Amino acid sequence: MIEFKGIVVRHVMQNFIVGAFKPPCNISISFSDGRTRKQVPLKKENGHTVMVPLFQSQENIVGEVLIEPIQGKKLEHNGVKIELLGQIELYFDRGSFYDFTSLVRELEVPGELYEKKTYPFEFSSVEMPHESYNGVNVRLRYILKVTISRNYVSNIVESQDFVVRNYTPLPSINNSIKMEVGIEDCLHIEFEYNKSKYHLKDVILGKIYFLLVRIKIKNMELEIRRRESTGSGPNTYVETETLAKFELMDGGPVRGESIPVRLFLSPYELSPTYRNINNKFSVKYYLNLVLVDEEDRRYFKQQEITVYRLLET
Amino acid sequence: MMIGDGTEDEEKWLAAGIAGLQQNAFYMHRALDSNNLRDALKYSAQMLSELRTSKLSPHKYYELYMRAFDELRKLEMFFKEETRRGCSVIDLYELVQHAGNILPRLYLLCTVGSVYIKSKEAPAKDVLKDLVEMCRGIQHPVRGLFLRSYLSQVSRDKLPDIGSEYEGDADTVVDAVEFVIQNFTEMNKLWVRMQHQGPAREKEKREKERSELRDLVGKNLHVLGQIEGVDLDMYKDSVLPRVLEQVVNCKDELAQFYLMDCIIQVFPDDYHLQTLDVLLGACPQLQASVDIKTVLSQLMERLANYAASSSEVLPEFLQVEAFSKLSNAIGKVIEAQPDMPIIGVVTLYSSLLKFSLHVHPDRLDYADQVLGACVKKLSGKGKIEDSKATKQIVALLSAPLEKYNDIVTALKLSNYPRVMEYLDNATNKVMATVIIQSIMKNKTQISTVDKVEALFELIKGLIKDLDGTVDDELDEDDFKEEQNSVARLIQMLYNDDPEEMFKIICTVRKHILAGGAKRLVFTVPPLVFSSLKLVRQLQGREENPFGDEESTTPKKIFQLLNQTIEALISVPAPELALRLYLQCAEGANDSDLEPVAYEFFTQAYILYEEEISDSKAQVTAIHLIIGTLQRMHIFGVENRDTLTHKATGYSAKLLKKPDQCRAVYACSHLFWVCDQENMKDGERVLICLKRALRIANAAQQMSSATRGSTGSVTLFVEILNKYLYFYEKGNSQITSSSIQSLIELITTEMQSESTTSDPATDAFFASTLRYIQFQKQKGGAVGEKYECIKVEL
Repeated sequence: MIEFKGIVVRHVMQNFIVGAFKPPCNISISFSDGRTRKQVPLKKENGHTVMVPLFQSQENIVGEVLIEPIQGKKLEHNGVKIELLGQIELYFDRGSFYDFTSLVRELEVPGELYEKKTYPFEFSSVEMPHESYNGVNVRLRYILKVTISRNYVSNIVESQDFVVRNYTPLPSINNSIKMEVGIEDCLHIEFEYNKSKYHLKDVILGKIYFLLVRIKIKNMELEIRRRESTGSGPNTYVETETLAKFELMDGGPVRGESIPVRLFLSPYELSPTYRNINNKFSVKYYLNLVLVDEEDRRYFKQQEITVYRLLET
Repeated sequence: MMIGDGTEDEEKWLAAGIAGLQQNAFYMHRALDSNNLRDALKYSAQMLSELRTSKLSPHKYYELYMRAFDELRKLEMFFKEETRRGCSVIDLYELVQHAGNILPRLYLLCTVGSVYIKSKEAPAKDVLKDLVEMCRGIQHPVRGLFLRSYLSQVSRDKLPDIGSEYEGDADTVVDAVEFVIQNFTEMNKLWVRMQHQGPAREKEKREKERSELRDLVGKNLHVLGQIEGVDLDMYKDSVLPRVLEQVVNCKDELAQFYLMDCIIQVFPDDYHLQTLDVLLGACPQLQASVDIKTVLSQLMERLANYAASSSEVLPEFLQVEAFSKLSNAIGKVIEAQPDMPIIGVVTLYSSLLKFSLHVHPDRLDYADQVLGACVKKLSGKGKIEDSKATKQIVALLSAPLEKYNDIVTALKLSNYPRVMEYLDNATNKVMATVIIQSIMKNKTQISTVDKVEALFELIKGLIKDLDGTVDDELDEDDFKEEQNSVARLIQMLYNDDPEEMFKIICTVRKHILAGGAKRLVFTVPPLVFSSLKLVRQLQGREENPFGDEESTTPKKIFQLLNQTIEALISVPAPELALRLYLQCAEGANDSDLEPVAYEFFTQAYILYEEEISDSKAQVTAIHLIIGTLQRMHIFGVENRDTLTHKATGYSAKLLKKPDQCRAVYACSHLFWVCDQENMKDGERVLICLKRALRIANAAQQMSSATRGSTGSVTLFVEILNKYLYFYEKGNSQITSSSIQSLIELITTEMQSESTTSDPATDAFFASTLRYIQFQKQKGGAVGEKYECIKVEL
């Protein structure tokens, strides 16, 4: 209830602001293949989800900017430009944007605008090595930003988000993960996951062999954990989330049992593994095998897996 | 208190489980009605989560499971419709696997799997294999057993059996068998493991719970048994060895016993017969505590019934040498389990014997062999004290009797009495009774001395006290019952040949005389009558012309009888002895042996004088003596006089007047035998009757003196009847006037005030008078005779 009230209040305030400082023109950015291009949801800062176009690296980003001054008003400016920005935003360091990509196209030399006008733009074969990412402490985003520069008054800025996803071919080497772990004279297991690299819609297959069981196991589950580390050196922040808790076994096995693993990744919102993106952050995935005994003690073993995005066919 | 609370709590948990299940089922139904797959999956998974409970006993869990089961049927229908609406079954198969909790996930997977197989989009065997493999995730025994039971249930009609619609190039009956055996193996492992769960002190309770779950495991074997494609070869080569491997390796008593029994029950008899080696080979490998005897007994019983079902199958038994295989196996099992209680041993042999009797009725040697093996095992153990084991021995010994309906066959079994040795006395008796009943029922004729000897050896528990022990507790009725059956048996021993029959009698006599006083009263009479029967048989023959000393003569028999009856005196049973003496006297009479008859009478008189002192017994005895003596015709005048005189004397000395009176008038018959002219002494008849009248008079006076009334006139009426009898028979000493005056006397007496009126006597008198009237009206000689007697009616 309380939260609901808050939203209402903010909505009212926005209206008030809009009413008071009405911008002198409307700016809209559109993509030339906007109708056919795939749209994906993107969560904005205000919690709303909007559909935005999806790109990948090396694509041409082509479109138009439409500037429409308010009826009967003259718009004086010091030039109009469009920028394509790739930004990394670290939340713990508010306000610190880091642009790892920045391309600019001048759309208009300084002058005056009386009526609406469209400006085509094109960024060809744009290098966008990093994927859009919305994490706990970090956000990587791409935007097209139109700026109408003005003297004495603040610039008029309009931006349009888009999402970048990059696809990886099937890895040529993809070993299984196989390991024997245990506590001496207590519990001895061997587990095997069929691969070490999984794509986002992949399925983890495997088996858990019980070589020695001297404790009373209540159940066993497989967790998918995401470890997001941001910053570097002493300022490293690590955030771990458990994205999936998947029960593999109910009850206690005896020596010699083998329990199958089959975990479909598609229901979970995973991203690919990101390693040291511009020295700012990393996102890694782990499979955590957890055994719980009857006294609720937990025995676990964590293994890193690589998640990648396979081109959907 | 704790237990009480426990069950109460369990009820609560069950109620909560049902409530949760129903609530989610309600939402699931709503989702099904609106074709909302997402919600259907969500709520069905939540519904199935109720089955994750650990708080319920198997019994209560089953209740919950059944409710879930019903709901899953609806869900399955929905899945089927979904696929018809275009949803790919493969997608469904994946979708349900997204559920985070394993138990709901696997229930859903099995449900979709069922639809998947039906859709035939993938070979049935692949789906089945996947399901049975995935179910490994449930290691909790109860939950695992129910889940796999669900799998078994939904897959039953979808196995790629021969002739099934799911059979194909890729799917064969081998896959069906593979699937069922795997599921069976896993279930059995879970079932066996159950015993190790939880604290040791609840072991007993757990074993009970396990026992309740056994049918879930056994059901797999039923399914196997119903797979058409499992032919003998396949059964022999793969099914049985694999099932047995699991049974043997699980090393669990409860499971081994139950599963062995299952195997025997679910697969056809001819399969068992053809795989006896394998099946029997597994028995010694089972745990020592397994009740192997019941298992093997069941098997043998089944095979015996199979043999009995049709004579066509018998050659099969011979071909596989079933008997010797079973016999060997039993030997091995007994060897492998040295601690096996006697009951086990006996039960095994008992079953083997039944088997042998059914399958090889002609091989008595087999039966004897079984008994012999049993004796060997029992030897050195003394009498068996375990009552159940005893019962089994009785069953063992009864089997040949039931089969052959003929004790004679059993008598040929040399080991039969040796087995009986091991019975305690009471059971020995029971067994003896069973044998006698068998003889009675089948009217078996035991006709040689050898057989009689053998038979008495078998039933010696009834014939004499064993080991000198005295059963104080023996119920008298039971004893009577027992001895009566022996008496009946003695009557059954018969041979047409008098020589043999005499030998039989001698043998029986030898045995029964050893039986002690209390038995003689039961056993001597039948022997006496049996002997008299032989005497009568000999009467029809000529005396042995060669005068061979060895030959049987009535004389010899009577000698024997005399000695036999003598034995009763020491019992003492004088009244019975007296009766038998008289009976023998009559026999001797018929054989024209006067001295013998006289001797018997003498014995009877001595008994009367010396041993029979009770006045009631005396009355009975005297009437018997009079009756018998009256019928004797071989006595010379002297002997007869002596005996008659004595009898009359005894009569007059009876204690009570009415008894005296009646005995005396009965004596009158001793002097008047109708068909013998030299035996008609009218005078002495009259003397007797007059004396009777005097006694009757005296009796009346005594009564009037002591009680104030003269009592009834019954005695007079009775005497009147005697008068009439002799009058009619032509005794000239009896005159019409004496009758007339007797009638008047009676009439006067009856009118006298001092006489007690007695309706019975009145009626008796009235009908006597009516008789006279009737005779009068007959006319002719009789009518004339009665003419002069006047009667007022």
